Amino acid sequence: MAEAQGAKPATMFEKIWRRHVVVDRPDGYTLLYVDRHLLHDGSYNAFRRLAANGMKIRHPERSFATPDHYMPTNTRDKSTIADPNHKRMVTGLAEHAAATGVTIFDIGDRRQGIVHVVGPEQGITLPGITLVCGDSHTSTHGALGCLAFGIGSSEVTHVLATQSLWQRKPKAMRVNIDGALGFGITGKDVILAIIARIGAAGGTGHVLEYAGSGIRQLSIEGRLTLCNMSIEGGGRAGMIAPDDKTYEYIAGRPYAPKDAAWDRALAFWRSLPSDDGATFDREVTLSGPDIAPMVTWGTSPEDAAPVTEAIPDPASAADASRRDGQARALAYMGLEPGTPIADIPVDRVFIGSCTNSRIEDLRMAAAVAKGRKAQIPSWIVPGSGIIKEQAEAEGLDKIFTEAGFEWREAGCSMCVGMNGEIGRPGERIASTSNRNFVGRQGKGVRTHLVSPAMAAAAAVTGRFTDVRRLIPA
Amino acid sequence: MSNEHKQELRPFDRLTGTAVAIDQPNVDTDQIIPARFLALPRAEQVPHLFNDVRYREDGSPREGFPLNAPTAAGAQILIAERNFGCGSSREHAVSVLVDNGFRVFIAPSFGDIFHNNSFQNGALPIRLPSERIREMLDHLAKRPDARITVDLEAQTVTGPDNWTQSFEIDSFRKQCLIDGTDDISLTLKYADAIAAHERRAAAETDWL
Ligand code: SF4
Repeated sequence: MAEAQGAKPATMFEKIWRRHVVVDRPDGYTLLYVDRHLLHDGSYNAFRRLAANGMKIRHPERSFATPDHYMPTNTRDKSTIADPNHKRMVTGLAEHAAATGVTIFDIGDRRQGIVHVVGPEQGITLPGITLVCGDSHTSTHGALGCLAFGIGSSEVTHVLATQSLWQRKPKAMRVNIDGALGFGITGKDVILAIIARIGAAGGTGHVLEYAGSGIRQLSIEGRLTLCNMSIEGGGRAGMIAPDDKTYEYIAGRPYAPKDAAWDRALAFWRSLPSDDGATFDREVTLSGPDIAPMVTWGTSPEDAAPVTEAIPDPASAADASRRDGQARALAYMGLEPGTPIADIPVDRVFIGSCTNSRIEDLRMAAAVAKGRKAQIPSWIVPGSGIIKEQAEAEGLDKIFTEAGFEWREAGCSMCVGMNGEIGRPGERIASTSNRNFVGRQGKGVRTHLVSPAMAAAAAVTGRFTDVRRLIPA
Repeated sequence: MSNEHKQELRPFDRLTGTAVAIDQPNVDTDQIIPARFLALPRAEQVPHLFNDVRYREDGSPREGFPLNAPTAAGAQILIAERNFGCGSSREHAVSVLVDNGFRVFIAPSFGDIFHNNSFQNGALPIRLPSERIREMLDHLAKRPDARITVDLEAQTVTGPDNWTQSFEIDSFRKQCLIDGTDDISLTLKYADAIAAHERRAAAETDWL
């Protein structure tokens, strides 16, 4: 299965793409095969549309569903969902899954959780595959060396019906992180630094491959965090070459290959990384050691700065459009240019979301919370029931509750607040999620994106604090 | 494949009319329709286009927001700055715009998923150079009732001062819009190719 001798060096993206082409049309459109498909409660409409048109799912065994957006995280009882429209999204997903034979990890099943946490956790996400989901953060899964991207609801219906998608081939861009990351620096800080550099539209039309020693150093969970936010840099997808850490992570997971199939899979996976000499349409390089703990100050993920710096002055922006945009963002955020980020008081903390709700995220937050007291309301929302169990087995829940944090059930929660878990107008939230958009966490809410360790540091100090000062080196 | 599918998109050809100018970059789909409206039936989402920037707390329209201007009534074209429709994949962002009468979005760049979703809903996203967008936005700021013509067949936009600018569009997407064909109908014609791919892949990557 290795690429032919003497073939032109190819990128990992190119190798995966090529293997999934069903039809290449002369007009530049490709019908791309979809190996695995994930559904969540927000996908209910796509399911319903298929049924309404009397169409069948081509391969129910290739789709996996779990409700995450609409279920409250203080209960596991669906009957308590007050809003009938919300309840229908959660119950409707289960009904359609049952009727069509799609696997579902439903509320009450310990495997339920945020769809982008569940996929890798169950071994559904594997190197070399194409994976899609009706959610933009599907880019997460590329951390295991696959091509994974978000699609719209009509495309979800299309995938259910045909197990394929019409795509124009994106371009490839490589983002290199050169040199070791410093103490206390996480995948979240790396991706915020990247987006601050390339801009929220910097990766538009491209698949981003992250490479370099700063990336290899990251754990799989750190890589998932990093790839998760590729879409915030405009990227169609994000990916990282699989390595021994990847294989170790995947081995033994329920939907991963086993025994002889594992050996065949492994041999194939080892052929995936971009060849030496493969060319990318664009390359960007950041210096790993220069990355500091990051905090966003505006209303786009590109508005990110090291915690050691101050709020920028729109007057020094590059052009008029940027100046107006920054001024508007600062007005919404209630911030003055020149204010040191470390002087900004925080009202509330949210640790969770498909970006940062995995076991390592919770461990990092717990290391900061241990023996300290939350000064402000602070929530911990694990990414799946399995993570919640593991954290409890490790005693992390105790550390959090003793420090005054609230320990909740798995789901998206305050990342988007579709289930009603939102902040108050004007409230300033240090959040480990991925979007600081206007109104994302509730009308008028001011979101600052940070890593779990930085969020915990904000919780115990009541303001943004350089976490490197709170944890032993 | 036993699947049948009816086409339901409105064919697109040419239109002339007023435009709504959203002179901001990075307008995300959370702004176009906030999350709390997504579970509503589609018809009930219609009034909530740009809800939180368009209305005050008490529900009264915010003056100065372009959609509240009298010239916005009946507009089929929306013009915005770079990276329009970034963020969440919610297709409601396109459908709520379409249900409010918009069929053309013009910007220097779009969020990729929004761009794809537009075609799925019979809407036409057009990328034009930033300088041209700037010119149009400045013109509309002074003369909000200016008329713009979009011709899909000719791939041109004709602006208020009678300049004509051509735009690029994939011939695949162009034809689907003109015919009102949706992707599923088209794909079902390739059922044999999909089956052939599945046989090949089953042999090569048998662990999936
Ligand atoms: S956690 Fe947030 S970003 Fe992730 S899938 Fe849920 S709502 Fe979307």
